[in-house]
Amino acid sequence: MSASEEPALSDYRRQEQSITLAPVEEQIRSEVSGASDEASHELLTLNIGPHHPATHGVLRLLVTLQGEVVRDIKPIIGYVHTGIEKTAEDKSYWKAIPVVERMDYLSYFFNAMAYCGAVETLLDVEVPARAQYLRVIHLELNRIMSHLVWLGTSALDLGAISMFWYCFREREAILDLFEFSTGQRMHTRYIQVGGVAEDIPRGFTEKLRKFTDAMPSRADQYGDLLNKNEIVLQRLRGTCPLEAEKLLALGVTGPLLRAAGNPWDLRKAAPYSSYDHFDFKIPVGTVGDNYDRFAVRLAEIYESTKIIEQALDGLPEGPYITTDRKVALPPRHELATSMEALIHHFKLVTEGFRVPPGEIYYPIESPRGELGCFVRSDGSSKPARVHMRDPSFVNLQATAPMAEGAYIADLIATLAMLDPILGGIDR
Amino acid sequence: MPDATGLELIAHDLRATVGEQAVRDTVFFRARGTVEIDPASVVAVLARLRERGYTFLCSVHGVDYYPQEPRLGVHYELLDMGRVDRVTVKLRVPTDAPEVDSVTPNRPAGGGSSDDDDDGSGQTLAGWPTANHQEREVYDMFGVVFRGHPDLRRILMPEDYEGHPQRRDFPIGGEPVAFTYNDTPSLRPPL
Repeated sequence: MSASEEPALSDYRRQEQSITLAPVEEQIRSEVSGASDEASHELLTLNIGPHHPATHGVLRLLVTLQGEVVRDIKPIIGYVHTGIEKTAEDKSYWKAIPVVERMDYLSYFFNAMAYCGAVETLLDVEVPARAQYLRVIHLELNRIMSHLVWLGTSALDLGAISMFWYCFREREAILDLFEFSTGQRMHTRYIQVGGVAEDIPRGFTEKLRKFTDAMPSRADQYGDLLNKNEIVLQRLRGTCPLEAEKLLALGVTGPLLRAAGNPWDLRKAAPYSSYDHFDFKIPVGTVGDNYDRFAVRLAEIYESTKIIEQALDGLPEGPYITTDRKVALPPRHELATSMEALIHHFKLVTEGFRVPPGEIYYPIESPRGELGCFVRSDGSSKPARVHMRDPSFVNLQATAPMAEGAYIADLIATLAMLDPILGGIDR
Repeated sequence: MPDATGLELIAHDLRATVGEQAVRDTVFFRARGTVEIDPASVVAVLARLRERGYTFLCSVHGVDYYPQEPRLGVHYELLDMGRVDRVTVKLRVPTDAPEVDSVTPNRPAGGGSSDDDDDGSGQTLAGWPTANHQEREVYDMFGVVFRGHPDLRRILMPEDYEGHPQRRDFPIGGEPVAFTYNDTPSLRPPL
């Protein structure tokens, strides 16, 4: 068939063929010619993903291998890009919370917290103490939940299937707690601008205490199962370390940075939402290898449990959302008796509140690092720009420096310890 | 956070070291300091701020100031981990010449064992390797071209995508979905 007779390609096929391997192939050629002394230096380009259980989502990696050794990694992302930042610009401030929550689908409370914190800073709204404590309780539960999913799926990548069931058993308990207090298991829309959506229901405290009593011993069991497992230790100890200076240059934060010995944690460094009221430690590693990354996250589960217990002990009385009627909905019972409440309710539900013009960047510590929300307001009731500095997106850049020169099996372990959430990366 | 006086001191220092035209404005809003700079001096300003202790670049993101001119903005969030101090550097470029110097080093640091990246790029410092993906995102979403970026391609949108979707005049929705089902009439059931 001559070139003129080629069938016209469909849009889909053309898009599919637009991804070219030319830069990688050129690099391979140059590397091969650079190390042409032996035939055994032959390089192989392997495509991992986008649909691969070890990539924890739809991450695609173009891996250049020399035998079993990784020489280069090119991450290709964007497969679950849904334009959430664009969608949020089309919604009024309080209606943008549900879409923002769906970015990093394992830490929805954190997404909502970063966004609401930014809007509250723009509005200059005071958040009541009880709301701050309720936020902390849910944020830390969410952190444990996120770490449990990470631990279960990472152990699964290393071949330990039973860990998956154990971790998801505890995760299920947390999701039940979320359902009890917020009505939803995921994407709860619990954190609102000015506070939280509802006070915790009767019986929640007891149920939560039962969980926090059980969680440390469960985490002990996980530690015992994995810390004494020869296979896990061989896969994690000493593999793919990266020192703190390089991590900082690459913008890496969170457990990955702490595993390398830098105790940077925004909850301690720049406390928000009354984190300075609680007594907790920041686990750090020493060499920054995969084992340290694992150990730091496992230790964080204990610390989060401690924070939840303290927040429950010291939970102050008072309103759970700001009493500023221009921002928060009036209580339901007032609608039948107060004309003013009805007007406020109508204005908030139809138009939403207006936010004074300005720009703010509001960072918090998510399970994966610094989650910063940038909001620009032009004075209307819709945000002019919402941007999430998602830690997974920035941390992903560290994959190549970590895994270059390691075996491909260690790349899989490193990817698991990196804990990337593709919903957050692609947004 | 630098207070209003501290922000003015930073601006004064930048004017003294980088150049009088480097700083255009300072904004102190809700206890956060922002320095608006001349786009041409971004590399020098960030290098000077790094010397002053702001060694961590948290975030690079774009903003569209439509309908104001110049329309496109790029924000650099800098952090001093020692003093827990943040400052925002902001610049604006017009849509007809959306070009800024890249702060990404030509050779991504961290992985390569060789550190011989002084190949005439003029950057004395190592740059900010973290800006790599983030500048690509700003390019992808707003069309700001980062001169000297080692690998300036689209990152989230498909490579053959036309337009820059985060611009304010880019319509929301209304985009055909590329499924083979839509392209192949034989797959559709008869009406």
